[in-house]
Amino acid sequence: MLHFAYLIPLLPLAGFALLSLAGKRIGNPVAGWIATLVVAAAFAMSVVVLVSLFAHAPEQRLFTQHWFTWFRVDRLSVDVGLRIDPLSVTMALFVTGVSALIHLYSIGYMEHDEDFAKFFCYLNLFVFSMLMLVLSSNLLVTFFGWEGVGVCSYLLIAFWFHRPSAASAGKKAMIYNRIGDAGFLVALFLIFERTGSLDYSTVFARLGRISPTDLVAIALLLFLGAVGKSAQIPLFPWLADAMEGPTPVSALIHAATMVTAGVYLMCRINPILHAAPDAAHVVAWVGVVTAFVAATIGCAQTDIKKVLAYSTVSQLGYMFLAAGTGAYVAAIFLMLAHAFYKALLFLSAGSVVHAMDGEQDLKRMGALRAFMPVTAVTFFVGWLSIAGVPPFSGFWAKSDVLENAWAVSPALWAIGAVTAVLTAYYMGREFFLVFMGDPRWQGARPGGEEPRDPGWVMRVPLIVLAACSFLGLFIDLPFHPTWTFLERWLQPVVGASLAVHHYGLAELWGFGLADVAFAVLGIAMAAAVWRAAVNRPRLEPRFLFMAWFIDWSYGRFVARPGALVSSFASSVVEARVIDGAVEGAARLVRGGGERLRRVQTGYVRTYAAVFVGGIVILVAYLVTRAGS
Amino acid sequence: MSAHAVAVGLGAVAGQRAFPFLTALVLTPVGAALVALVLPRRAVWAIRAVGVAGALAVLGIAAAVLDEFRAGFGGYQMVSVHPWVGSLGISWSLGIDGISLFLVLLSALLFLLALAGAGERTNVKSFTIWILLLEAACLGSFCSLDVLLFFLFFETTLVPVYFIIVGWGHEKRNHAAMKFFIYTFTGSAMMLVGIVALVSIHAGQTGVTTFDIRQLVQTHLSGTAGVLLLLAFTAAFAVKAPIFPFHTWSPDAYREAPVAGSVLMAGVTAKLGTYGIVRFDLGLFPHATVVLAPVFLTLGVAGIVYGAIVAAVQKDLKRLVAYSSLAHIGFIVIGAFALTGESVSGAVLQMVNHGLITAALFLLVAMIYRRRQTMNVAHLGGLQRRAPVMAATFAVVVLASIGVPGLNGFVGEFLILAGTFLTHRWWAVVAVAGVVLAAVYLLWAYQQIFHGPERESERDKPFRDLTWREGAVLAPLIVLIVAMGVYPRPVLDRITPSVDQLITHVEQVAHPNIPRVGQPEPTTHTEVAK
Repeated sequence: MLHFAYLIPLLPLAGFALLSLAGKRIGNPVAGWIATLVVAAAFAMSVVVLVSLFAHAPEQRLFTQHWFTWFRVDRLSVDVGLRIDPLSVTMALFVTGVSALIHLYSIGYMEHDEDFAKFFCYLNLFVFSMLMLVLSSNLLVTFFGWEGVGVCSYLLIAFWFHRPSAASAGKKAMIYNRIGDAGFLVALFLIFERTGSLDYSTVFARLGRISPTDLVAIALLLFLGAVGKSAQIPLFPWLADAMEGPTPVSALIHAATMVTAGVYLMCRINPILHAAPDAAHVVAWVGVVTAFVAATIGCAQTDIKKVLAYSTVSQLGYMFLAAGTGAYVAAIFLMLAHAFYKALLFLSAGSVVHAMDGEQDLKRMGALRAFMPVTAVTFFVGWLSIAGVPPFSGFWAKSDVLENAWAVSPALWAIGAVTAVLTAYYMGREFFLVFMGDPRWQGARPGGEEPRDPGWVMRVPLIVLAACSFLGLFIDLPFHPTWTFLERWLQPVVGASLAVHHYGLAELWGFGLADVAFAVLGIAMAAAVWRAAVNRPRLEPRFLFMAWFIDWSYGRFVARPGALVSSFASSVVEARVIDGAVEGAARLVRGGGERLRRVQTGYVRTYAAVFVGGIVILVAYLVTRAGS
Repeated sequence: MSAHAVAVGLGAVAGQRAFPFLTALVLTPVGAALVALVLPRRAVWAIRAVGVAGALAVLGIAAAVLDEFRAGFGGYQMVSVHPWVGSLGISWSLGIDGISLFLVLLSALLFLLALAGAGERTNVKSFTIWILLLEAACLGSFCSLDVLLFFLFFETTLVPVYFIIVGWGHEKRNHAAMKFFIYTFTGSAMMLVGIVALVSIHAGQTGVTTFDIRQLVQTHLSGTAGVLLLLAFTAAFAVKAPIFPFHTWSPDAYREAPVAGSVLMAGVTAKLGTYGIVRFDLGLFPHATVVLAPVFLTLGVAGIVYGAIVAAVQKDLKRLVAYSSLAHIGFIVIGAFALTGESVSGAVLQMVNHGLITAALFLLVAMIYRRRQTMNVAHLGGLQRRAPVMAATFAVVVLASIGVPGLNGFVGEFLILAGTFLTHRWWAVVAVAGVVLAAVYLLWAYQQIFHGPERESERDKPFRDLTWREGAVLAPLIVLIVAMGVYPRPVLDRITPSVDQLITHVEQVAHPNIPRVGQPEPTTHTEVAK
């Protein structure tokens, strides 16, 4: 059955092909159902592959499938194919699973959009690209998927392109990603130079040929790519703007799947990170600092989706913290758990926005629990999960990350712990502002219908994701070695986690209780501050609302000078210096002061005529000579 | 060297027996031009038909050449040699190899599309004739194995281009055409001097006066002589390509030319410059190429960065494409001068890719112009709602241009950069910045044209989506952009053997003084070769 793995990416590709050619004719809602079904089928195939893989002994769970050779020039040969191992199958499974649910949700969410079919066309293309990213057997094909998801992200953020803000946000996402991709590219060149290959297996087998310095360089350059894709410091501002896209896009691409590609990459190249501990430290520190900074920003946002966006940045920071401390299993565990609860939170938020006719300002919501009970419950589940309240999956995953961080450095753990409190706080704030307190929206919508829970196509994904957020705990339980399913499953790929095995049960309980305390503290703070009051400007400092002025600084100190340089290059260097020299030389040649324009035409025409005549005579002469 | 000789011999033998494809290729457009010449001026329809039929016939012959071409074989093929001026060693000798094959195909395609998509209403007769003559000259240049023959064809391209700009161009056409003419003419004058000098040096060494490139590559040149000759040749190529800082004619000329002129200049005649670099600079002056490589690599990288920076503030779409073209030519230049098999193959591939992409961009800009009489982005906006198919087409081309994998631009760029990295690491690293910058200005342009609300003043004017005819003109380009991105192997498998042969030649000549640097260990080489 492993042979059929090729269907996993090709099903969404077929969906894309069909919808791009005939989407408009197929129309609403059939196009949406087709798109959903192909992704669901890909999910089913992933399950089949998972089961087939499970039948093999752990050490033998690696299969490659060769499709075709992309190109082969001298030493550089790139094969397109799949690498089926526990890590890639895990990724494929959750990507297709979450995607299928969000596709389903989108059928309801996008039902009134005039570009309904196009939306699903892009979504299918996205799923295909994402699957190539995680399943490919070659770094360059991973890069293909990497860029492909970037393009889809661009297309989907700018989906409502008539809004200038959406169009700019799409472009911004693409450019930030490309900055990271430049690092990815240089890493590929270096890997190729040192190992003569870009195939994962070959590269890993030849790591010994790479000097330690180059290994650090490769790891950091790849990490630069991950920083762009996963919105870490300093390349994170694009993700908040990306909320301009339709909410299912935010849930799928900018929370659950695409932005985790950077984390996946770090786990995939774990042999390189392992051999370059300095680089791993950088990864961990960038991750934990991003987690903290983004969490502080999340505390002061007033847009329902932007809180979630910064929360995503923060959670991704945790995942990099895990990867950087060698806890790849924890990184993947958090990635899975996060995919469930963050998709859940986004889709719940999307239901709210949908029900409120596009309103996204937290200050104009409130009391919605009475009107949207299902959404309120699902959002509540997401909140508890992300806050780290047991027994929800977020608790287990985050604990796993923090324990491993402690093993490497208590400082990492401490920052992570503060961030955990902030996380519980900002999500609590959002929950209270949206669902509790007094309704603050009637005035804004005179005569409008009351907001209510969405229809079943949107409700089913919410419920399934809420269930997953809870059941996710069974993925990996630390109490007993037989229950650490994920760890044992991924072990052939990433090796054993560094730290956890050093802890006894008492220490684990200690960590666990501390984590519960952080969550409770954050929730209590949120309840104390936001349960009744709505406006607490002192708790929403402008510094945090403006995201530490980082985006603003880029505009001020990079974009604006860049634009000046461009104008200067165009109007002075190009027009006066380079072209000026040319035109000046031409003037000099022609004997000074004469204005070029006055004589040029006749002059050149004569010249051309003489030239043509000359050639004709020359050719005629040569032909006669040749004849003799 | 013996392999080279054998290869040439085989090709020549095969060429003697077979149908003279290449001669037919060059003469067909001339024939069509002659037919058009005798048709009455008023028979616009018939003249157009003759033009398109001629270009179509050329494309057919080019396809036959592709079919006849033996892949995996580096030497010249389908060689046909007819002594012309025996005493001077000038001959009508044509041949094709992996380096020129796809440029010939590209030319054949773009000329057809230019004729089919031009839509010029005034003076159709002379327009068609000039285009056909330009086609003959371009094809002749790519196929010439005789340096003087190459020069004649190369020079001849000036005249049709000049008259096309002047006759059918936009407002400032006269100034642009004049600048183009003087600029390129100066460059080629230097090449002529170089050719004469090279041939006399060769004659002095061997006693044989010949313009045959296959014999001239054997010339022994002192260091200084090689450098001077290379500079003389490159003067012509650098202007034609154009390479920074010899480019300032090109934004004006591309801007003012009619659409067919812009498409053919950027798509085909610019490739005469880059092709000339690979064929003549690398082939004839290997030692000097190695010596001067850092200079040209620097100019190439400067072009990539500078072109992108200047493109970022262009309001005029054609000028924007012109500067983006400068940046993309920069990639080809560094690929050629990095002198690795990967980078030079990538450069040759990228010539084709750039031709397809730039042609599509100019055609699309012209289609917008035809509807709105403006190329200024400040007057456009929100057109995706009105013309979704055009917007999608434009998006694909833009993504290909910024090098998104899966489309053709990426493969060439990646090969160039990966190959350049092996020998000139830091140049490649800076050039990667071009990848980021290209996204900045092209996505900006796309946003200005297609995204956002429509401009107030334009809201009531109609804007129709692509017509069937426009779609038919763009379709082959889009198909190739995708196909060559997904499966470039058939192309590369034909390019690479010729490039490898060229690189071997360069290394053999230049090797005594310059060791190869930065290559992976030999073990790697053999392992991958398997």
